[in-house]
Amino acid sequence: MRFLLTLLFIGLSLNAFAIGVDLKKLPDPVMEARAQHIMKELRCLVCQNQSIIDSDAELAGDLRAIVREQVAMGKNHEQIIEFMTSRYGDWILLKPPFKASNALLWLGPLFLLLIGGFLVFRTIRQSANSAKADPLSAEEEKRLKQIIEDRG
Amino acid sequence: MQFKRFLPLFIFAGLFVVFIIGLTLNPREVPSAMINKPVPEFSLPPLKGDGVGLSSADLKDSENIIIINFFASWCGPCRVEHPSLEILGKMDGVKLFGIAYKDLPRNSISFLKSLGNPYAKVGTDLKGRTAIDWGVTGTPETFFIKNGIIRYQHIGPIYESQITEKIAPIIKELKEESGS
Repeated sequence: MRFLLTLLFIGLSLNAFAIGVDLKKLPDPVMEARAQHIMKELRCLVCQNQSIIDSDAELAGDLRAIVREQVAMGKNHEQIIEFMTSRYGDWILLKPPFKASNALLWLGPLFLLLIGGFLVFRTIRQSANSAKADPLSAEEEKRLKQIIEDRG
Repeated sequence: MQFKRFLPLFIFAGLFVVFIIGLTLNPREVPSAMINKPVPEFSLPPLKGDGVGLSSADLKDSENIIIINFFASWCGPCRVEHPSLEILGKMDGVKLFGIAYKDLPRNSISFLKSLGNPYAKVGTDLKGRTAIDWGVTGTPETFFIKNGIIRYQHIGPIYESQITEKIAPIIKELKEESGS
């Protein structure tokens, strides 16, 4: 029961988008879903790290209305994204496209991971080498044999 | 060996400096997508009466540098910026137009009555759609236009100190290249 309730609440909170405040949704659920899919990719410009679907800022509301209008007009995904980026630049996209100017940002983490991985590998190998015991001398060998025989 | 020992410290110090610089940047100042683009087509009603208050045709003036200022009576920084606009509006070879963003015309009128009206013409963008066509994210925002092309976008209020430091040089530069 508790598990079900938890699931229910998680499910409800997933739907807690700001589009709840929108009075005018598209009548066609398929189109509305398409519009909402686009909204999730667009940054709310005045709140920085939310998509316009999550934000109830006025500008976000206006942009949602525009997305719905254009979906209703039959524009496709690329055309609507192009409408937004031609006005606000790539910044409006929550997932910026891979370009020469931001290649470092995209590849940086991978690069750091490789460097880190190499350092870890080297350190482990070094410590494994230094932990290797020196071979026993003839004297020690004899003593070890003695001990084992005594026990047996 | 000595250097290697302090390497993490150096890396830390480097990151520290980078992050401190990053924190002092204004996240609203992102590179504008509108620079070097022609002004968007629009036609807005005036503050009073019917007809056209301001339209894109007004901006295709080859004699003057055009400044478009998005403002609203409800916007605090717009009040702060107002004295700067008075100065810009009086400059030679400069035409200053205003667009009232999501502001009731009667509120814009009383705003301009109490502070003075620096604009040659004002259009009202009640729904804020024209602002979106200009890539505006909020008021105040100011565009500098030459020959119908957007050349510079100023986000946030223009402080009086910025006029001599930043704005006047930009206007001068735009004027001087008129030979080309």
